[in-house]
Amino acid sequence: MDIHSPSHLPDSAEAHAHAPHAEGHAHPTWSTYWKVALILFIITVAEVWAYYIPAFVASRAFVPILLIMSAAKFIIVVMFYMHLKYDHKVFRVLFTGPLLIAALTLIALLFLFGQLIIKL
Amino acid sequence: MTAATHHYTTTGLDNRKIAIWAFIGSECMLFVSLISTYMIYKGRSVVGPFPHQPWTNPATGEVLHPILDIPVTSASTFVLLMSSLFMVLALAAVQNKNVPKHTRGDRILGSSKLWLWATAIAGATFLGFQAYEFTSFVHEGLTIRTNLFGSTFFTLTGFHGAHVTAGVLWLVTLLAIDYRRGLGPADSMNVDLAALYWHFVDVIWIVIFTLVYLIQ
Repeated sequence: MDIHSPSHLPDSAEAHAHAPHAEGHAHPTWSTYWKVALILFIITVAEVWAYYIPAFVASRAFVPILLIMSAAKFIIVVMFYMHLKYDHKVFRVLFTGPLLIAALTLIALLFLFGQLIIKL
Repeated sequence: MTAATHHYTTTGLDNRKIAIWAFIGSECMLFVSLISTYMIYKGRSVVGPFPHQPWTNPATGEVLHPILDIPVTSASTFVLLMSSLFMVLALAAVQNKNVPKHTRGDRILGSSKLWLWATAIAGATFLGFQAYEFTSFVHEGLTIRTNLFGSTFFTLTGFHGAHVTAGVLWLVTLLAIDYRRGLGPADSMNVDLAALYWHFVDVIWIVIFTLVYLIQ
């Protein structure tokens, strides 16, 4: 199966431009969707692979690197699959606002009750 | 609801799409509260089973392995990630429904029923993995009442599983509409709303998988 958008089949972006939505910004093509899936798969394999390296798990880099990989997957899905990269900025505000509040709350709770400590 | 009966706000945006994004924003807060609880109580269980460390069964004295099964959960994570791909393909198929399909590949890519089925089946498979995981944990002695890990783990992943279940039911309703009258470009907003919810469930699992299963 050809994973790229055939020339005679307009991609989702073009079709969406004809849709009756006022918020109809361009969307990624089919090939972009497949490439994103491949990247998500590779990052997931890297995460699980890292889990099985005892020396790496014991190192100080393990947690930050896993968090970065997880954040990368999160951002990729939100930007490309949820179309936040292409949609109206109101949607970005509606999502990132509560997400920011939630993330700050998580960090604050971990400092208050968890095991996060800043050594001065 | 067809395009003719959409309600647009003064921003020019569809009110339903604003609503789903506001809902997703509130859901972020819900899941962060559950994740916070899990993180705060992480490593504070007095008795086993433990997620990443071997533990001794007090009744038999037997030393047992860590309870989390990373290979099984990795497989379920892969299934859920692929379901997101199927979902965007379903949305693209609905948006491009009226475009002529000349080749077999075009017809496959343009089949909204195929991709909606694939997404729903992937979601149900993920739920199957979760049911297997929960059952095996209970058999190994971990319930929601056993220790702090059990309480926070089952609450967090149980809430996520409930959201996946709701998503699968939503997909099934879309499939029913597709079989009854066919989904076309006029329905793309309805499918888009379901897709946003489904991807949100996916990104929450991305976070859970790292924080609960991989970070020790």
